[in-house]
Amino acid sequence: MDILGKRKSWYVISSVLVVLALFFLITNGLNFGIDFLGGTMMRFSFEEAVSNEQVREVIAEYGFADEAQIQQTEEEGIPHGVVIRSRDIDPDHTGMIQDIEASLSEAFPGSVLLATDSVGSVIGEELRRNAIWALVIASVAMVIYISIRFELRFAVVAIITLLHDILITTGLFAMLGREINTPFVAALLMILGYSINDTIVIFDRIRENMGLMHRSSFIELANKAVVDTLPRSINTSLTTLIAVLSIYLFGGAAIRTFMLALLVGILIGTYSSIFVASPLLVTWGEKITESE
Amino acid sequence: MNYREKRLIKIGIVLVIIAVSFGIYHFRGINLGLDLEGGTQIVLEANPEEGQEVTEDQMETARSIIESRVDEMGLSEPIIQRQGPRRIIIELPAVDEPHEAIEAIGRTALLTIRDQEGRELLTGEHVVNARATYDEHQRPIITFQLDSEGGEKFADITERYLGRQIGFFLDEDQLTMGTVQSVIRDQGQITGFESIGAAQEVAMLIREGALPVPLVVEETRHVGPTLGEISLQRSITAGLIGLLIVSIYMIIYYKFPGVVVALVLAIYGVIFLGTLSGFGATLTLPGIAGLILSIGMAVDANIIIYERIKDEIKSGKKIKTAINAGFKRAYRTILDANVTTLIAALILAYYTTGSIRGFAVVLIIGLAVSMFTAFVVTRIILDIFMDTRLLKSEKAFGAQRR
Repeated sequence: MDILGKRKSWYVISSVLVVLALFFLITNGLNFGIDFLGGTMMRFSFEEAVSNEQVREVIAEYGFADEAQIQQTEEEGIPHGVVIRSRDIDPDHTGMIQDIEASLSEAFPGSVLLATDSVGSVIGEELRRNAIWALVIASVAMVIYISIRFELRFAVVAIITLLHDILITTGLFAMLGREINTPFVAALLMILGYSINDTIVIFDRIRENMGLMHRSSFIELANKAVVDTLPRSINTSLTTLIAVLSIYLFGGAAIRTFMLALLVGILIGTYSSIFVASPLLVTWGEKITESE
Repeated sequence: MNYREKRLIKIGIVLVIIAVSFGIYHFRGINLGLDLEGGTQIVLEANPEEGQEVTEDQMETARSIIESRVDEMGLSEPIIQRQGPRRIIIELPAVDEPHEAIEAIGRTALLTIRDQEGRELLTGEHVVNARATYDEHQRPIITFQLDSEGGEKFADITERYLGRQIGFFLDEDQLTMGTVQSVIRDQGQITGFESIGAAQEVAMLIREGALPVPLVVEETRHVGPTLGEISLQRSITAGLIGLLIVSIYMIIYYKFPGVVVALVLAIYGVIFLGTLSGFGATLTLPGIAGLILSIGMAVDANIIIYERIKDEIKSGKKIKTAINAGFKRAYRTILDANVTTLIAALILAYYTTGSIRGFAVVLIIGLAVSMFTAFVVTRIILDIFMDTRLLKSEKAFGAQRR
């Protein structure tokens, strides 16, 4: 099986995906949730179906109804759920949440406030800043470790592969318009961990082959490494996918978005370690030989 | 010590670790985050007036006042912690009216006596006792007592304002405003409450004293018990279904060694729960992502080892030699892959807070446990069955000899 020989085709596929991701990131932008922007989210359950307009009418007296996002949800155990999101309610004004709860339960008896999240803008900004910093520092630390254990080019390629994965996953979320919240950040981090793990396993085999196959060219030994680790790559992603898929299917609506990110991330992570990371190593090697 | 004795000791150590883990988990249990169990989390931040410094002392006093307020409200099992120099985090497992509780907990609650023009005459620091009760007309009131210094001042004020109006304020809210009928020294009463409950709350706030520095609510998260229960049960069921399918897949693919993976996963589960419980870490929804990732990596470690053993068998080695060589060659791969992820997880745990940190902590524990189960537990179980047909069979590890 000649995987690395066809590397130009894989580059085309990845480039198309990355360009699409960038396109949606620019045109649609990311739907940052209240975790990042500040604001309040309230989740209600009703005994009977209640339309968005009916809810809007009831909360109109509080002044934020026009800009509030109202969304219907349905899941086992909570058939008539409604989520109200507003950036205008500050966590320091919890009285308003109580008032809204009272108004809704008066208008629709039997309504229950299931959950609320209320975040101040300071915390939201801090979360954004810390998440980015942690990502940057973790990347640098991984580059250092991989450079010590392997070579610098392995490290650089690993990080490029990670960026590729994160970009495509966020791009998909931009396309679908799903909310970017704290669990999404955790999902991105999991993708990062999974992808780097997957890449290192293949790199390790390339490193081993570099020691064993002195007569072979780099592309030959790298291709052998990718092909030899293929059963492992497939088995590992299959088993992890099974675990994620079962939670996606049976785990309830609240964590579905979160699991979707994991699902996409594992697929992309497996794909990229085979079809992006290893080909990039080969291309890098070629460029060096050409310039010498 | 011969090989058999060494193996026996190793088995003994692993069994002790499993037993201890199970014991810790059984007796201490796992702290579940509010997204899984339900509850309320409140983050308060000091919001001093311009030019005012926030000192360590003030924050500690604020924390202990909040602690007594929460205690007096009868809320069970609260966790009240400082975070950084200016923040206090409060976690309440079960509250019926979370938003009412939040209002009361975060109030500065400075009691002042003011005149009609709003001039401050006396503050609540001199109040030594305040209780809610009914007056002779069955109206809810608060009776309070003043210390001797406060008594002097209050006598002075009531003398000066005899026949004029003065009022009681809690922060900026006017509780009552009335005409001074006589000179009062060391005790008095406040009227004007809607219900005895409201009077009790204000009495509690006056008793516990005002916060030394104003706090604002920066974040509140509340999950009702129903929702938490639904997510937890669902996640557990889903996770178990996932593990079951993974085990079946491994058994079909690797035959008997696949059964070993299933067994190792069960042991992994027990040690993981024991370690999580031992560290007192909290499991949240993002923590479950970390758990899935680390289970994935635990299975991965076994797959890497098995694929290596399979390669060795294919190249014609005997099962014993193949297993030894397979472990040796897989060791470096698993170590490098896990350590790279571990570095990222450690940095995350250091730089973040809240649920993302929960993710990182779970991942760190999971990675450490998965390396232990892969290198030690899998090894021992394979060793035990080394001479049996189960491992010597052609089909074991899914290898077909060339």
